[in-house]
Amino acid sequence: MRYLLSRLLATVPVMAVVAVFVFALLHLSPGDPAFVLAGETATPEEVDRVRQAMGLDRAFHVRLAEWSLAVVRGDLGQSIFFGRSVSELIAQRAGPSIALSLLSIVLAVLLALPLGVLASWAAGRFADRVAMGFAVIGFSVPVYVLGYLLIFFFSVKLRWLPVQGYAPLADGLWPFLRHLILPSLALGLVYAALIARVTRSAMLEVLGQDYMRTAHAKGLGTLRIVLRHALKNAAIPIVTVIGIGFGMLISGVVVTETVFNIPGVGRLTVDAILRRDYPVIQGLVLVFSAVYVLVNLLVDLSYALFDPRVRL
Amino acid sequence: MTALRVLRHPAVATGGAVLALLVAAAVLAPWLGTVDPQAISPLSRLKPPSSTAWFGSDVVGRDLYSRTLHGARLSLVVGVSVALLATVIGLAIGVLAGFSRGFDAVAMRVMDGMMAIPAILLAVAMIALTGASLQNVIIAITVSEVPRVARLVRGVVLQLKASPFVEAALVAGTRLPALLLRHILPNAAAPLLVQASYMFASAILVEAALSFIGAGSPPSLPSWGNLIAEGRTVFQIAPHIVFFPGLALAVTVLAVNLLGDGLRDVLDPRFERR
Repeated sequence: MRYLLSRLLATVPVMAVVAVFVFALLHLSPGDPAFVLAGETATPEEVDRVRQAMGLDRAFHVRLAEWSLAVVRGDLGQSIFFGRSVSELIAQRAGPSIALSLLSIVLAVLLALPLGVLASWAAGRFADRVAMGFAVIGFSVPVYVLGYLLIFFFSVKLRWLPVQGYAPLADGLWPFLRHLILPSLALGLVYAALIARVTRSAMLEVLGQDYMRTAHAKGLGTLRIVLRHALKNAAIPIVTVIGIGFGMLISGVVVTETVFNIPGVGRLTVDAILRRDYPVIQGLVLVFSAVYVLVNLLVDLSYALFDPRVRL
Repeated sequence: MTALRVLRHPAVATGGAVLALLVAAAVLAPWLGTVDPQAISPLSRLKPPSSTAWFGSDVVGRDLYSRTLHGARLSLVVGVSVALLATVIGLAIGVLAGFSRGFDAVAMRVMDGMMAIPAILLAVAMIALTGASLQNVIIAITVSEVPRVARLVRGVVLQLKASPFVEAALVAGTRLPALLLRHILPNAAAPLLVQASYMFASAILVEAALSFIGAGSPPSLPSWGNLIAEGRTVFQIAPHIVFFPGLALAVTVLAVNLLGDGLRDVLDPRFERR
């Protein structure tokens, strides 16, 4: 209970800093943000309109107080371009992004764990080199380049899967998956590379322990030792990196949704950039950061599953 | 000798050699058979790679080989600038935090908050407000990298402060500047170098991603992200426009990552190959 509470309380200052930082950015950025946001062709009246809409004509501390109260109530302000509330816009676009992220994580973990375990088991040998070579390459190929390569082979050349687009789960499971396979692969691969590397080093650490020798001496089978004894003890660094890598996944979602034309929050981010819709950008940064912090809170809590010394 | 041992490591040698080639190609871009990267040629639009245009041409007939090579300059400038700036600023914050408890409490809360914002989103928010320019892109990426360096340096300083030789130096009356120069910096140099190489790679990736989604370098600059973004709409009929800059990007990042991994293996005894 104390662990749970202390973890939960630790997220409060982090989110407060994120909120104040994002808000202060608007007021502290050099030059006149109203001028930049209104665009190069804006008339002085339009610049004034933006300045008022963003509250840039009022004192910093007054706006910060007003804005913080609103955010705590879940009100992220009004979009300049879409003419709707930011919370509503984000909620409406969340579905496809959640589906994409979840499928990417599942694919990444399913790919990375066996690869990392294999590499640690064959440390220094050929299989290890191949697995880690794959990890370094996966780390270096940008998500969108990989995305276009996948589209080129599987959609344009082989015509197995649709080129772009999205189908909600309501349209049936197969259309839904057909559209999500390539984007999740593109997005999941970098993540898989990261997890595989950490899995390998965490496994190497555990495999060198005395109790591993004991397990072998007891005559347990290799598979049982690796899965039940080693992997469970290597779990904490692995789930930790899954949490840390989630930030990378969020950045990747923005790019992947652009490549595959998926109408999620990532696409909304790009639309907001093109239209200089700062309230939407601000809201998105807050929501994305909150999700990141939440995921890492869950990771912290999951330690209790793997290590009995951690009590919730 | 350490320097020799570092250079002999296969990953360092391979990554370093590829990177040196890339730097040479970037510096010598105007003399490597390129034409004006901005020269449009409406008659040869979307041409596939050939013996005259090695990488083919883009939507308005600009030579993709010349544009890709000039793009290398941009990417390397962004990578080097971010790595240098973030190292210097992060070092300053980290050292201060390591030595002053009051500053530490405040600064580390701020760093934690900033690290919770995904790098691309933080950069997007900053660039939306300041306008797209190469300078603003570098600043925005630097801001997102500084917390990681500051945390690293703070950790090293705290660890060193508790070590006998630093305690001895303090007891012997060594002043702070001398302590920093003689004891702290040399011990922080190796992890900082490794971190800097990873930042170099990540800055190149983030700049390209930002340009790709339209929040990075101004569209007039031939940055790799911009080139890929331009090829987006015609991808199905002219995949080479996305392919060549994408390949250049991947090879560059791969080289830097190899270099970073190698440096880590050699410089950090904890990561020695087992």
